[in-house]
Amino acid sequence: MPGKLKVKIVAGRHLPVMDRASDLTDAFVEVKFGNTTFKTDVYLKSLNPQWNSEWFKFEVDDEDLQDEPLQITVLDHDTYSANDAIGKVYIDIDPLLYSEAATVISGWFPIYDTIHGIRGEINVVVKVDLFNDLNRFRQSSCGVKFFCTTSIPKCYRAVIIHGFVEELVVNEDPEYQWIDRIRTPRASNEARQRLISLMSGELQRKIGLKVLEMRGNAVVGYLQCFDLEGESGLVVRAIGTACTLDKLSSPAAFLPACNSPSKEMKELPFNEDPNPNTHSSGPSTPLKNQTYSFSPSKSYSRQSSSSDTDLSLTPKTGMGSGSAGKEGGPFKALLRQQTQSALEQREFPFFTLTAFPPGFLVHVGGVVSARSVKLLDRIHNPDEPETRDAWWAEIRQEIKSHAKALGCHAVVGYSESTSICEEVCILSASGTAAVLNPRFLQDGTVEGCLEQRIEENLPAGCGFCHIPYDELNMPFPAHLTYCYNCRKQKVPDVLFTTIDLPTDATVVGKGCLIQARLCRLKKKAQAEANATAISNLLPFMEYEVHTQLMNKLKLKGMNALFGLRIQITVGENMLMGLASATAVYLAALPMPGGIQIAGKTPSDGSYEQHISHMQKKISDTIAKNKELYEINPPEISEEIIGSPIPEPKQRSRLLRSQSESSDEVTELDLSHGKKDAFVLEIDDTDAMEDVHSLLTDVPPPSGFYSCNTEIMPGINNWTSEIQMFTSVRVIRLSSLNLTNQALNKNFNDLCENLLKSLYFKLRSMIPCCLCHVNFTVSLPEDELIQVTVTAVAITFDKNQALQTTKTHIEKSLQRASTDNEELLQFPLELCSDSLPSHPFPPAKEHLESARSNSGIPAAQRATSVDYSSFADRCSSWIELIKLKAQTIRRGSIKTTVTVEKASPMGEGNFRNRSAPPCANSTVGVVKMTPLSFIPGAKITKYLGIINMFFIRETTSLREEGGVSGFLHAFIAEVFAMVRAHVAALGGNAVVSYIMKQCVFMENPNKNQAQCLINVSGDAVIFVRESELEVISTQQPTANCQQSCAGGEVTT
Amino acid sequence: MTSELDIFVGNTTLIDEEVYRLWLDGYSVSDAVALRVRAGILEQTGATAAVLQSDTMDHYRTFHMLERLLHAPPKLLHQLVFQIPPSRQALLIERYYAFDEAFVREVLGKKLSKGTKKDLDDISAKTGITLKSCRRQFDNFKRVFKVVEEMRGSLADNIQQHFLFSDRLARDYAAIVFFANNRFETAKKKLQYLSFGDFAFCAELMIQNWTLGAVGEAPSKPDSQVDDMDMDLDKEFLQDLKELKVLVADKDLLDLHKSLVCTALRGKLGVFSEMEANFKPPAPQNLSRGLVNVAAKLTHNKDVRDLFVDLVEKFVEPCRSDHWPLGDVRLFLNQYSVTVHSLDGFRHQALWDRYMDTLRGCLLRLYHD
Repeated sequence: MPGKLKVKIVAGRHLPVMDRASDLTDAFVEVKFGNTTFKTDVYLKSLNPQWNSEWFKFEVDDEDLQDEPLQITVLDHDTYSANDAIGKVYIDIDPLLYSEAATVISGWFPIYDTIHGIRGEINVVVKVDLFNDLNRFRQSSCGVKFFCTTSIPKCYRAVIIHGFVEELVVNEDPEYQWIDRIRTPRASNEARQRLISLMSGELQRKIGLKVLEMRGNAVVGYLQCFDLEGESGLVVRAIGTACTLDKLSSPAAFLPACNSPSKEMKELPFNEDPNPNTHSSGPSTPLKNQTYSFSPSKSYSRQSSSSDTDLSLTPKTGMGSGSAGKEGGPFKALLRQQTQSALEQREFPFFTLTAFPPGFLVHVGGVVSARSVKLLDRIHNPDEPETRDAWWAEIRQEIKSHAKALGCHAVVGYSESTSICEEVCILSASGTAAVLNPRFLQDGTVEGCLEQRIEENLPAGCGFCHIPYDELNMPFPAHLTYCYNCRKQKVPDVLFTTIDLPTDATVVGKGCLIQARLCRLKKKAQAEANATAISNLLPFMEYEVHTQLMNKLKLKGMNALFGLRIQITVGENMLMGLASATAVYLAALPMPGGIQIAGKTPSDGSYEQHISHMQKKISDTIAKNKELYEINPPEISEEIIGSPIPEPKQRSRLLRSQSESSDEVTELDLSHGKKDAFVLEIDDTDAMEDVHSLLTDVPPPSGFYSCNTEIMPGINNWTSEIQMFTSVRVIRLSSLNLTNQALNKNFNDLCENLLKSLYFKLRSMIPCCLCHVNFTVSLPEDELIQVTVTAVAITFDKNQALQTTKTHIEKSLQRASTDNEELLQFPLELCSDSLPSHPFPPAKEHLESARSNSGIPAAQRATSVDYSSFADRCSSWIELIKLKAQTIRRGSIKTTVTVEKASPMGEGNFRNRSAPPCANSTVGVVKMTPLSFIPGAKITKYLGIINMFFIRETTSLREEGGVSGFLHAFIAEVFAMVRAHVAALGGNAVVSYIMKQCVFMENPNKNQAQCLINVSGDAVIFVRESELEVISTQQPTANCQQSCAGGEVTT
Repeated sequence: MTSELDIFVGNTTLIDEEVYRLWLDGYSVSDAVALRVRAGILEQTGATAAVLQSDTMDHYRTFHMLERLLHAPPKLLHQLVFQIPPSRQALLIERYYAFDEAFVREVLGKKLSKGTKKDLDDISAKTGITLKSCRRQFDNFKRVFKVVEEMRGSLADNIQQHFLFSDRLARDYAAIVFFANNRFETAKKKLQYLSFGDFAFCAELMIQNWTLGAVGEAPSKPDSQVDDMDMDLDKEFLQDLKELKVLVADKDLLDLHKSLVCTALRGKLGVFSEMEANFKPPAPQNLSRGLVNVAAKLTHNKDVRDLFVDLVEKFVEPCRSDHWPLGDVRLFLNQYSVTVHSLDGFRHQALWDRYMDTLRGCLLRLYHD
């Protein structure tokens, strides 16, 4: 009996009137866990009962603790008839099961009823006493931490990133059981809510077991989804990335940079590892459960033609470093070999992360995706979900082979999704093929010798762009050029990825949200015929989506996509495709060519005129966009290209030899890149439509930016105001005009109008940026299209953009220089002349003179920047000379110094910032954000995962304000329940919040509607940076010893 | 393509003050959209009419959901469904309970009953305020009345505590409740020149001095049956006012009073002769007699209701017809009430002060064009 759960029911408030006669309620509470139920006394005649119950104690297995939710039911006592239920509260006690998360759940929870919504609140206190259980064969996985965040959580550092974990459980859907015919909607909804709660608990426990087997202690990027397969059942599946995380002793030891997942990792000593788990065999542990039975599914199954490289590998999609053997030298080969050996032992070298510790991502190949159309059949044996497992294994295998084709051994930013309509299901998986640095993937045995060299080898900010595949044996046609940043290695002309922009990437100007939208009509059909029809349509859709993305990217004058998410939704009589991504201009990639329009009949004069008119319009748009997004990349004159890249002398031999070889080909490739213009052929009316639709996308009003990644490239001075929102729209298509064109237009208008509405609604926040804009399309009925958007609007300071970054740099400069002074007192290897060579002064000038070239990331991590990369990135010839002069005058430092210098700086940071995470002034307010951070604040503690599922149903739709009123109220209630749970855990925010499902069904004729919502996120405690600063200035004289003590206190 | 469903839900509930005002003013969504268009919002923001329509609908829906909570403002503070910053909550409450001067003048002193509610369409037609807005304002008055009706203690404090109003609004509502409870006539034509502010001022003085609560009897008699002390006038006090009649009935007292007043004011008053004339018994517009008679009549409920009519008829109008400047009225009233203390034969000094101090304040406020 490894655990004791204790529950106390304190009070209720705002209860509904249950007795019409007295206008009062005689309420009591049932507390249920597993099969044990306790009851409170009846509190007579009150809408604000004070039960103040004893502690109800449940003695339970930790397996149950993980699986079961605590179920609290509030009822109205009735002497003569059955007691009426007022509503329920489900509490997931999982956060109480790990030592570092919450210790108590205590607070007001909304009492929720699936028919009436929220009906008052109840105050509950929950505690768990866990006994240590050393049983090796245990079925529970208490203690494994779960994070929805798709990067290493802020107060942790990754010791090892083990890799992919997945699991799925299936069950019959209570809604489709025979008993559903005789029970009330309420009973049916509650059965469903409870079942899903149980299943997610079970799933999480099973995933936890796998993590323990891999010797990890946490799952990052945990994504759990439900497939409502109707008659054939209910599938709950989850994927995540197993990691061994180490809690940082002081939460304050982080830079204010909001975007870096954990920059400081580099500064912390890497070899110390207090976690005993991590020293053992690490990644090579073979997973028991990963040998799947590939029993061919009995159902009809047809692979979509996504295996066609043309589609899944995104033609012309950019990739990374060319000719591995040639440029890499023996060292690179070693790296590759090691990484491969580390990864090849895994069945699926996938990572659900989208942002990585510095140095983790070596090269990016491009987007890989796979889709497959399946026919659903009833799941006969819920304990053996073989079919579903096999389906996914098949798709993952395909993804893996795509990645291999791109010369990559891993897939990052990996995600899976489904779209179900009747008995047809499209399974989709996508990710970004990549080459990873092995040092995070296994124990730090070789890392000592490799680490520094890798840093030497990889120029900051462009390494990930270099193609990983063989130049001579490219998996698809692409134009390669030498990297515009380092000029040593090959880069593609465009790069598509599903990950966030790496923090060290050099970006020109700002980014923007790009969407490709597409509809295709399909005949209504049954079963196999339907599946065939869908399979046949898929490749065309993927191709068109890709073409649209490409055109829009060119139109914006940019050359890379991040956070790409292509969603294909299947309906009764149509397929919808929606791709969203954040476009940016990567300085390392060539400038995109324009779009040229070619007509079919050059003879016709008026036609010709029309074409040239269009051409002009497009060129104007590109020019306008370049101005709008501040894209003015450094002009690279022939002079520079022709002249050898100035090379600081201290560069390693290895690199020099490379650059020599690169010089030879430079001219050729660049000219090639420049000539490249994208030609759009207008040969029929469809093409005309396409061109028109290109031009209909209206840029956001001034003061607004939008992106679907964590943060907007090019904006870094966020202020603290955030507003998370969900917006839902459903349109009914008139069945008369159902042609592909009309459909496309409708869909396009729907999305555009939705965006316009958002801009209008949030206009008071200008200047602001909509971040993590997440569109979801569903087709609930024949003629209905539903679009759900969740995003967060964050304000930023337009005027102080430059100043703040400058002062930031100056600050760090001061800090760094004091560090230097300190250093001087010790006889380090740093000779005196290397002191002025500190790279900050050039960094600053660099920023001032060429602000378009956002060298900020580089400046921030200045300690590890070496001169060569600096010089390479500089924006003009003159600038180059200036820098070079400085370099020469001041001498230079070796990169090896970096490591030694970094640690005192880390300590300096630590000292300045250590402050107890006390005083949270914003009591009661709970922030919600889909991002992994809160601007202007530090996350000091992760309290556990929030994963909630709600059903709401009504039989009085009109009375509740129609469909809009119904859904509006429901979503507001869902937010309220999430906030209440977070507050009860002692938190003040939810990060990485996501609304994974919003299934809405209506029947206006019957005055009925039903909606299912599934949300998740990480509950956290954050402290405002301003508060931290106040605290830290109060103790400016704290010396190192004190700070160490302080650090201990804070943990 | 028709929009079936269109919603926006923020973690922090967005409140557009402009739309809130339109909603409170009772405009339909389409009217509100038209008014917003006319205000030039499309030009300012570059939005389309469809966006505006959707935005307005959305705000209206939010307000509709909030309305239930606004009926009991403490609920708005404790509810969990809408996350609204405190300053915004205060704004929502204050604006929701704000009322139109034109409307309040129509219903001030009327019984807040179904009958009055039926007349709201007439009021709406007369004032140009939408019926919806009239209903909201009427229901607000009635709701506040119902809640504080049975309560002990200060009227304004009770209102503030239960509705979380600002001081100003709580005092206004105290006046409205007080007038509704005592049914003072305010609608007569000769009272039309008076503003709500004038009445609210008088109400405050009367609540302070003429109600049971004013005497400070509450602590000594906690179990007394008179619960709503601030709402009802002190019946005993009204009965006692009959005693003041002696001031006009007793000729000696009257003459003495008159001469004392005249002596004190001679040369200081621009309208001295008119004042003096008014003291004479046969004069139809005898000011003193008027004021004392008003006091004496307050025993009857009917006359209590006509208090303001009487004050205007018996005092304000005569003075106004003689073109008394406000300064003179003040001098006269001060002298008139103070000199009573010198009348040895008059035994109801305290009663006189309680009556006259309030009345003097009221009269001075009521005396304007």
